[in-house]
Amino acid sequence: MSDVVEKTLTALPALLSFDSQPGAGKLSSSTKLATLIRSITELTSKHEEEKLIQRELAAIKEQVSSPNTTMRQMREAMVRSVYCEMLGYEADCSYIHAIKLAQQGTGLDKRVGYLAVSLFLNENHELLLLLVNTVLKDLQSTNLVEVCMALTVVSQMFPKDMIPAILPLVEDKLTHPKEMIRRKAVLALYKFSLVAPTQVQHIHGKFRKALCDKDPGVMAASLHIYLQMIQESPEGYRDLAGSFVTILRQVVGGKLPVDFNYHNVPAPWLQIQLLRILALLGKDDQSTSELMYDVLDESLRRAEMNHNITYAILFECVKAIYTIHPRADLLEKAAKCIGNFVLSPKINLKYLGLKALTYVVQQDANLALQHQMTIIECLDHTDLIIKRETLELLFRITNSHNVRVIVEKMLGFLKGCHDDYTTIDLLAKVAELAEKYAPDNCWFIETMNSVLSLGSALMPQDIPSNFLRLLAEGSDSEEDDRQLRMYAVQSYVSVLKTKPANLPQQYLQVISWVLGEYSHLIEDLGPSLVIDLLARQLDQPKLTSDSRSWVLSAMAKLSAGASLGAEGAGCVQRVTQQYSSSLDTPLRQQALELQLLSQDAELHDRVLPHGAPWASLEVDSSLSFLDGFVSEALAKGAAPYKPPHQRQEELRQEKALSLEPYSLSLPLSLSSCSIADRHSPTLLSISSGLSGHSTELSHRAGSLRLDGVKRVWSRDGYLPQRQEPPPEEPSAPQDTGAPAPPLSPQEGGALTPSPAAEPSEEERDRQQLASSLFQGLSSSSDSTCLMGKPDPPPPQRFRKKRSTAPDSASSSSGSSHSTRDPSNHFLYGSLSEEGPASPLMLAQSSATPHTHHQHHPRAHSNGTHAQHDTLVNPPAATNGVSAEVGGHAEGPPPSLVTANDASSTPLREVGGWSSLMGGMEMVVPLCSQTPPPIDSGQSSAEEEDDEEDATSEPPTQPVPASVPLPVPVPVPTELNDLPVTSEPELSDLSSGLDTMVPPELRELPRSEVTPLGSDQRLCVRCCRLQREDAVILLLLLSSTSSSPSSSSSSSSASAAALLDICVELQCQQLKVASLRGNAIELLPSQGSSVCWYTLLMEEPHTQVTVSGSITYREEAGHTHTLHLSTKLSLVDFLRPLQLSTEEYGRLWLSISQDVKQNLQLAQPHQDPLRTSLTLLRDTLHLHIVDIIGSEGIVACQLLKGPMCLLHCRVHGEALAVWLRSEAPGLPDCLLYHCQRALQEH
Amino acid sequence: MIKFFLMVNKQGQTRLSKYYDNVDINKRAALEADVVKGCLSRRKDECSFVEYKDYKLVYRQYAGLYIVVGITDTENELSIYELMHNFVEVLDKYFSRVSELDIMFNLDKVHIILDEMILNGHVVETNKSRILAPLLVLDKMAES
Repeated sequence: MSDVVEKTLTALPALLSFDSQPGAGKLSSSTKLATLIRSITELTSKHEEEKLIQRELAAIKEQVSSPNTTMRQMREAMVRSVYCEMLGYEADCSYIHAIKLAQQGTGLDKRVGYLAVSLFLNENHELLLLLVNTVLKDLQSTNLVEVCMALTVVSQMFPKDMIPAILPLVEDKLTHPKEMIRRKAVLALYKFSLVAPTQVQHIHGKFRKALCDKDPGVMAASLHIYLQMIQESPEGYRDLAGSFVTILRQVVGGKLPVDFNYHNVPAPWLQIQLLRILALLGKDDQSTSELMYDVLDESLRRAEMNHNITYAILFECVKAIYTIHPRADLLEKAAKCIGNFVLSPKINLKYLGLKALTYVVQQDANLALQHQMTIIECLDHTDLIIKRETLELLFRITNSHNVRVIVEKMLGFLKGCHDDYTTIDLLAKVAELAEKYAPDNCWFIETMNSVLSLGSALMPQDIPSNFLRLLAEGSDSEEDDRQLRMYAVQSYVSVLKTKPANLPQQYLQVISWVLGEYSHLIEDLGPSLVIDLLARQLDQPKLTSDSRSWVLSAMAKLSAGASLGAEGAGCVQRVTQQYSSSLDTPLRQQALELQLLSQDAELHDRVLPHGAPWASLEVDSSLSFLDGFVSEALAKGAAPYKPPHQRQEELRQEKALSLEPYSLSLPLSLSSCSIADRHSPTLLSISSGLSGHSTELSHRAGSLRLDGVKRVWSRDGYLPQRQEPPPEEPSAPQDTGAPAPPLSPQEGGALTPSPAAEPSEEERDRQQLASSLFQGLSSSSDSTCLMGKPDPPPPQRFRKKRSTAPDSASSSSGSSHSTRDPSNHFLYGSLSEEGPASPLMLAQSSATPHTHHQHHPRAHSNGTHAQHDTLVNPPAATNGVSAEVGGHAEGPPPSLVTANDASSTPLREVGGWSSLMGGMEMVVPLCSQTPPPIDSGQSSAEEEDDEEDATSEPPTQPVPASVPLPVPVPVPTELNDLPVTSEPELSDLSSGLDTMVPPELRELPRSEVTPLGSDQRLCVRCCRLQREDAVILLLLLSSTSSSPSSSSSSSSASAAALLDICVELQCQQLKVASLRGNAIELLPSQGSSVCWYTLLMEEPHTQVTVSGSITYREEAGHTHTLHLSTKLSLVDFLRPLQLSTEEYGRLWLSISQDVKQNLQLAQPHQDPLRTSLTLLRDTLHLHIVDIIGSEGIVACQLLKGPMCLLHCRVHGEALAVWLRSEAPGLPDCLLYHCQRALQEH
Repeated sequence: MIKFFLMVNKQGQTRLSKYYDNVDINKRAALEADVVKGCLSRRKDECSFVEYKDYKLVYRQYAGLYIVVGITDTENELSIYELMHNFVEVLDKYFSRVSELDIMFNLDKVHIILDEMILNGHVVETNKSRILAPLLVLDKMAES
């Protein structure tokens, strides 16, 4: 069949001559479409094309807007418009007419109308709304063809918001007798589930029905939905695994009608789809996997025919076998299958085999070993794609044994690669492997040099910065670091000595930084030589000013007065002369600085101390010495500081188009040090040497670090834990002048392939290559590696220092962060840049705790400091309390049954509701409604009525409390005691509270009970419960009305009952919602009841006042109002935010607003950070994410709303806190409470 | 997932294009030129899959016409390779001995056929008679 097609099409070129062509007869050449097509085929240049299409578009526009155009002509015009769009010219004049055609046309015209719509418009196009009515009409049409068209277009695109309008119609079609309609309906629902999953949730049951449809097409369509849903959550669908297995078995067994076959293979695409689903279901689930072993085995067996499509099935099958819970015999068969692919002479199969191997090799590296020779062949394959896929495979199996060979191969490929995307991808991989597995210094530096020189402009920024960071941070062994740095210096000096033209910019930047920083390590390397070499690079015309700046700062580091010599001084002078008149301000400034530094050795020593340990440098990251300057500037009306990322953000929003790459791989990038954003040495932090006036400088304590949180908690996997250094370190050159060190003894012989050595024995070379490539893959490398021998694990030298003591960790990372990062090394140039950048931060940091209130006017206007949290004795000891306590002693715990069993009055409904759905909010209005009418006789009712009353009371009301029984003995005594001692009473009460609190709220942490207000008859106390998503304010109402004489008499007690109690609470700053109980029909004397409210804080406030009133009626008919008021603090609404350090880092970077404040430490002398943070955690409900050294990160959340991240650092006597939050007001409010907590301590 | 479906001739002229992702019309021409360059320059003995940016291209040549499909990495290249052939077989069945001109003069119908086979980037129908059924009904309606 395919041959026939190919032959037919081979004849095509001849067909292009129109006149003598038999086929052209049926294509009437008189129509406008035919003319257009002919013209298109005759085009010779882009210019002609443009002219032609513009003409055509004008003609189309005229035609479609003419009222005389018939539907048929309109259809033709649409096809012409499609042509124009296909060639890249917008035919927007036709869009509306396409919709019209779909609406008014019939048959093919209509279909073309729909087609044009789907080609012209995208899903979000507003014109699509005009299609809704047409679709609605067609869905209801009796003409099945029209229904079909509508369903097709709906499953391509439909305005999301309008889905509900047609959803019922589409659902109906699921039961349509025609399988075509059912199938299309399923596909339309699939589309809906993609764009608006929530809207189709209710019809999941119908999807199951579709899966069981008797028509295989409908079933197949439903698989798309299932694949999608299973990808999202495989757990929910494991029960369907059996069904999918059965379906696959039937398909594989040829039970489908013959017309589903493709080249005698039954429904291959369906099989592939099913295999994908099974793989997802069986992953990490043994019992589900067991269900499918048989059918997978059968699929493997059946797919033996020699045809591409069976290979496609086999590939999917192999993937499934390796994805699900493994089974030995299947794995073996799959491995054999992969082997057949890889060995196949057909190139497409070989590719697929490599792809499968790459997938499989992470689980079973031995499989790569089996095919090592084939892989080697593929490495030299002429087809780049095969090579590329092979490298991908090798990348996955790289270890410290074979890294040399593999990286060599990758670099070789890169040299011949012209595709940007591939280059970037591979460069990153090489750099990753080099960092992870580098066997020695020399190799590492050279590999990185290759990477840097190959990278040119495409280089992802994080490669050079990671590399420099590695050099700067070093490892545990100082000697190792020294060797590595020395080697780097040597290597770069020799690179520069070759006087290369056009070094890639980033490479030159790296070179400059390394030379500036480390060339002093090599004693016989005079600074004048290095300066000279660098100065030559400055002459390169194509150098960016960024790179020039790197070079200049390197020169500044090197130009230490006397050691320079006349030659060097001359060179420096030449450079400074040239650049001190540069138009580029930063360069000009740097040149002048260079000039000064080179002349004043003492200044140079102070500013750029040579080789000093980093810890001795200090950076006053808060720039507090500028406080005066800043406040002055602010007073004069300067704009407050916005951090660069925020400025960028604003810019971005203005321009809409972001030219900045998003990757934030740079360690410092964001965080409050704005320096690294542009990664240039000019943007710099401040050295202590220059900032003599800083108030914070008095203390040293290795505290030099910026606030880059990300830095301290560096990205995961950057460098795994350092392994134990092996006994024999590969010998690195001890002699500074020595050339590259030889390979380490145990690796040298076996590892290095030497293809040049014995060119005659190509086969042996390959074997050698194989042995070096596949080393370390298998545990029994002796038997599997052709020539390799087992090696001890080599030193993993480029591992990040493992932080043993938290202190050292933070100081090492912190220091390298602030002073050692190349981008921030040059220590003072940045003042001009940074100056405007600091005002706000400084203004805030200058606010010491006691002046702090200026920042919180709200807090003070509320008159806070007082007692909002403290426990105050109730103003009047109440009888009600004792009554209540007595009641509790007697009463059984409230049961839910009471709440649920009745629903005749609104009150009961409320009760039932809330206990059923604890989180539900109800709106306050209930209390403004008139309470339900009550039969006035009820209060004086007889016993049986009381029974009923008990059930009609809110569930928490203890039943006996309403029944005026002779009170048990203890109560009267308590009664007497109570007025005297209120403390024990309250504690009693809070224990008794347990029974009062509804069961669903009992587990919640709660505050102590505080009185809210009372009069002669009613006493109200409250208690705050902290639910995750809200604060629940529980009001305890207890009736105190009982005349002393009648306290024990049942009749008079009930006579003093309160009626129609209505509670109303409000707060402007909070969202208040009543949960239940705000209307109580009857509160018997000495009885009590609870009602509760959810309070939500959406906007942060330091403190809020909730006020309210309770109205009630005495039996006698008098109505009374009791006013209530209570204060809640922000603390009540704070919830700890559980985060990992890594998540914290990400969040930190995602928020740009920064607030900084210095707080007083809780205990300045003893582990102050931990003590303070623990204190804050306990009082403010914060979550301490991590404490490292003298820094800590803390996170909290305002209920379920905005979060706030705190980054704290001990800074002398103070705790410097940086806060970031999505909610603008939250940091300020939180700071206020932090400050109070620490002060009150 | 399928990202786009193209038919181009040897001269690099687009004969059919269908995108399953939003691609701005102004960028399409450049993308197509890139894609065509990547595929047309390859030799017969090289493999039919090419990397292009972060997705793969699968291409197949029929005389002067190339079909190029852009797919994501999770897609099965070989199944797409065969899908193209299935598509050509369907065209061949409908046009009885399909030619480039058939495709050009019946762009609408080719699109209708393609819509039956691929929706939202997924293969939804491969049964030839079912693919053609709606179109044949339309043709019959037009005749009567």
